Amino acid sequence: MNPEGLKYSREHEWARSDGSGAATVGITHFAQDNLGDVVFVELPDVGEDVVQFEKMGEIESVKAVSDLYSPVSGRVLERNEALTDSPELVNDSPYGDGWMLRVEVSDSSEMDGLMSAADYTAFLDAEA
Amino acid sequence: MTHDATLRHTPLYAAHAALGARFAPFAGWEMPTRYGSIIDETRAVRGGAGLFDVSHMGRIEIGGGGALGLLNAVLSVDPHRIRTGRARYNLICDERGGIIDDCIIYRRAEDRFLLIPNASNTDTVLDWLREHSGEDVSIANVTEDVAMIACQGPSAAETLQRLTDRDLSRVRPFRAVNAAVSGADAFLARTGYTGEDGFEIMLPSERAAALWESLMELGAKACGLGARDVLRLEAGLPLYGNDIDTSTNPYEARLGRFVEPDREGYLAGEELRQLRLEWPHERRLTGFRVSGRGIARPGYKILDGEWAIGLVTSGGPSPTLDLNIGMGYVPTVHSEPETLLDVEIRGRPVEVWTVPLPFYRRRTR
Repeated sequence: MNPEGLKYSREHEWARSDGSGAATVGITHFAQDNLGDVVFVELPDVGEDVVQFEKMGEIESVKAVSDLYSPVSGRVLERNEALTDSPELVNDSPYGDGWMLRVEVSDSSEMDGLMSAADYTAFLDAEA
Repeated sequence: MTHDATLRHTPLYAAHAALGARFAPFAGWEMPTRYGSIIDETRAVRGGAGLFDVSHMGRIEIGGGGALGLLNAVLSVDPHRIRTGRARYNLICDERGGIIDDCIIYRRAEDRFLLIPNASNTDTVLDWLREHSGEDVSIANVTEDVAMIACQGPSAAETLQRLTDRDLSRVRPFRAVNAAVSGADAFLARTGYTGEDGFEIMLPSERAAALWESLMELGAKACGLGARDVLRLEAGLPLYGNDIDTSTNPYEARLGRFVEPDREGYLAGEELRQLRLEWPHERRLTGFRVSGRGIARPGYKILDGEWAIGLVTSGGPSPTLDLNIGMGYVPTVHSEPETLLDVEIRGRPVEVWTVPLPFYRRRTR
């Protein structure tokens, strides 16, 4: 369910390194399933800096507002503009079309501190 | 999906758990908020049939020779004018005209009534009734003995008809009948809280799970309190505790048509007659649609320029209208439709336009 090769945070965000210093980030299947229908996503602008484990935006479901935390630090290269009109992509495809930001990672060692898919699955089991 | 022993559970709790419901505490009950997608559940009710467990709401039987007198003293509508087999929406107001609860009253026989208060107010209403009760009145809280299932939507009647011999086409809105449903003795009322046609079915608790399952097999979709809240907001129906409470009066809540204060023996009559005279009121419950980007939620400030002029009492996305909507009390001068205001969403003003209520009205034949 949680793809191999991605790195996962305790706040249920994921980061996928593209091998050339940038990473794509989004929220996990578990996170979207818990939120329910996503109806609004607010993300930082391109060029802004995000900081690992700090708030990078907000996500709203029908009933609630939640904070989004960045799994890595760095400058925002791109954000998923499709989420403006189709926030439900986060539910339909959390690891694919529902991605949120592409970030120029400022410290690649931060990625090493995140969980592997197996560790994240174990983390979810322990939380349940 | 842990069973919280500190909360109360309806007879359908196991059925909800088996369907994978998400639960949340609500007025002391552990209730399903959704089974899957709230948006899908909302659409099922607007386009087909949805099922809600509303067994957490109170069921209070009031009977005896003094029942009419008691109800005349406490209800905002005249119980003498409710014919047997009819239901009416009404308010219970305190002596200052504040709203203690909004509820449905059913007249089941000449001197036998059934009152359905909100779950959060059942104890308060029971106390209020007992406090004002005179001779020859019986007041019984049958909430635990009787389950209540709401079947709502344009195909609700057709769905339910397959489980009863009673001709439901003859049970018009706000009427109620005794009928056998799936072999159980039930009280069927053509009422609801979704803005759609539909029925509320009251039946012995031990028969509830079988009826729930039968209705699901006939295609009705299980819906949680999340969808219920979306549906009632779209229909412009107030939610007690959000939009109305003891600090609001019926007139500013636009519920004046459910108040008949010109009666001998009505406790809140004098105060409500006075409030009625004060029209136009200082503030009114006012609907709005968000034209900027953002979702207005309860507690957010409503602004006129720099000035906070009210608070959002209910708000959220409307899947049916594909808009973000809300309501709140604003000074009457700002309450006319097509007034431009702002709602402060996380520190930023976002434009909203006032609109007439309800937001959504179903097409009727």
